[in-house]
Amino acid sequence: MLETHALTIRFGGHAAVDGVTCAFKPGTLTSIVGPNGAGKTTYFNLISGQLPATSGTVRLNGEDITAWAAPRRTRLGLGRAFQLTNLFPNLSALENVRLAVQVKSGKALDLLSRTSTHRALADRAREHLAAVSLADRAEAIAATLPHGDQRKLEVAILLALEPDIFMFDEPTAGMSVDEVPTILDIIATIKARGDKTILLVEHKMDVVRSLSDRIVVLHQGKLVADGAPAEVIASDIVREAYLGGAADG
Amino acid sequence: MLRALLSDDLPRSRWLAIVLLVILLGLAFAPFLFPGAKSLNVAAKICVFIVLAASFDLLLGYTGIVSFAHTMFFGIGAYGVAIALTRLGAGWDSVALGVAGGLALAIVLAALIGLFSLRVRTIFFAMITLAVASAFLILASQLSDLTGGEDGLNYRLPLALRASFRPFDGVNGRVLDYYLVYVVSLALVLMLLRIVNSPFGSVLMAIRENPFRAEAIGYRTVVYRTLASCIAAATAALAGALLALWSSQTNPDTTLSFDIMVDILLMVVIGGMGTMYGAAIGAVLLVLAQNYLQALVGDRWLLWLGVAFILCVYFFPTGIVGRLRRR
Repeated sequence: MLETHALTIRFGGHAAVDGVTCAFKPGTLTSIVGPNGAGKTTYFNLISGQLPATSGTVRLNGEDITAWAAPRRTRLGLGRAFQLTNLFPNLSALENVRLAVQVKSGKALDLLSRTSTHRALADRAREHLAAVSLADRAEAIAATLPHGDQRKLEVAILLALEPDIFMFDEPTAGMSVDEVPTILDIIATIKARGDKTILLVEHKMDVVRSLSDRIVVLHQGKLVADGAPAEVIASDIVREAYLGGAADG
Repeated sequence: MLRALLSDDLPRSRWLAIVLLVILLGLAFAPFLFPGAKSLNVAAKICVFIVLAASFDLLLGYTGIVSFAHTMFFGIGAYGVAIALTRLGAGWDSVALGVAGGLALAIVLAALIGLFSLRVRTIFFAMITLAVASAFLILASQLSDLTGGEDGLNYRLPLALRASFRPFDGVNGRVLDYYLVYVVSLALVLMLLRIVNSPFGSVLMAIRENPFRAEAIGYRTVVYRTLASCIAAATAALAGALLALWSSQTNPDTTLSFDIMVDILLMVVIGGMGTMYGAAIGAVLLVLAQNYLQALVGDRWLLWLGVAFILCVYFFPTGIVGRLRRR
């Protein structure tokens, strides 16, 4: 179980995330929605450790992890895919994923054996590439992949971390219409396993509606609505906050 | 077998393979192919600088760390052996003690610099290493009781490495000394090649490519960067120890100066950053140029060397190895 309690970060006087208290249970997919600038990505950064909280706490299975650095959170099961593509640009697609597989293998400090002799890591990485239908691009340099494939690679890295908590930050942003189902299928597959916690930031309301068990709405850094998809989408506060913001953007 | 020795990092270019083979064999038979004290001295310097440049490439090319303190570690290794041989007499026990002392100091210093300052941004880290290296250079010239100051130290080598030692006809102690330098250098380069092609090495390249993402997938970058610094420092110290064992004199100019720092930077950039082979080729070219260009093109050789560098960086931005490997 992942919980945030009164989680806040201030940049100068501005609270980008302002006292958000929320809990996420295993086996549920929670969508976090809100207009641009509502603090969704910042909230993710606080949970996965890219930014330090000004106040409040993040708890994972009861343990206070607020002071933990990002690598430690990742190794203990918090997996994050980024909104802006954030790869190892001059390494192959396979190597991008293999590095993520390697984290938990305990082999990362092995400096006397050849990487090629650890075939299991590369094989596992290939499986994750195949899951995002990039199997035939394994040897391609990440920076040379088209945008849609880079987004898929981003998701493959997240899969390779084998986390308990999956955090997707607009996984389908900028993808062509025919590529979107690949990513949605992956998210649906993870959800179907029933034991993983999934957090999804997404702008496409049809995606949110069809996948979510629950929707949380952020507006100006505050949590303003939380509930089942149908009722949250129908509520006045969301119409005002979210659709108002969307109309601007 | 060859794959294992080269840790899967094959030249992947026929020309590169030929160049490397020429270097390997040329150095292996240098005492017989190029007789004479000067050419043997150049060959030994090439060996030492290949190790030094390759260890610097581990930082710059593979991990993306810009450090100006690399010659400091080179100097520590050289002075370790020099001081031990000066103080304790010309025995192998002094050499062992000097090497061990130099290695220990280099590793501890690299770990301290790494843990305290590898969290900061690249440019600030470069400044910090510059400051530490400057301080160390001043220290080495001021502590003249220990280091001999600006003049450095002159000392006797162990008996088996002296010119007067003649175990067989045509082979003297200098030739033995050369092969000591050659074999240890080759072993160190192969070790570095293994390290950059190991799982650990793959993390270093991930950190070079995107430190933020490396952290996000669970690697504590400061740990890996510090370890890489320690390995590079230890290897540089061993290169320094080899130089001290070769030349029977050690002074700030030959081991600690910023001229050498600039030289190894050029070797790595010209040869090709992020390729151990590039460091080797860069070292060969630069040491040869420094020793023979004057005879070829006259007194303005430094000018021509400078022009050659500019053209080289302009036309081969990925270095010689990058150019040769491009299909």
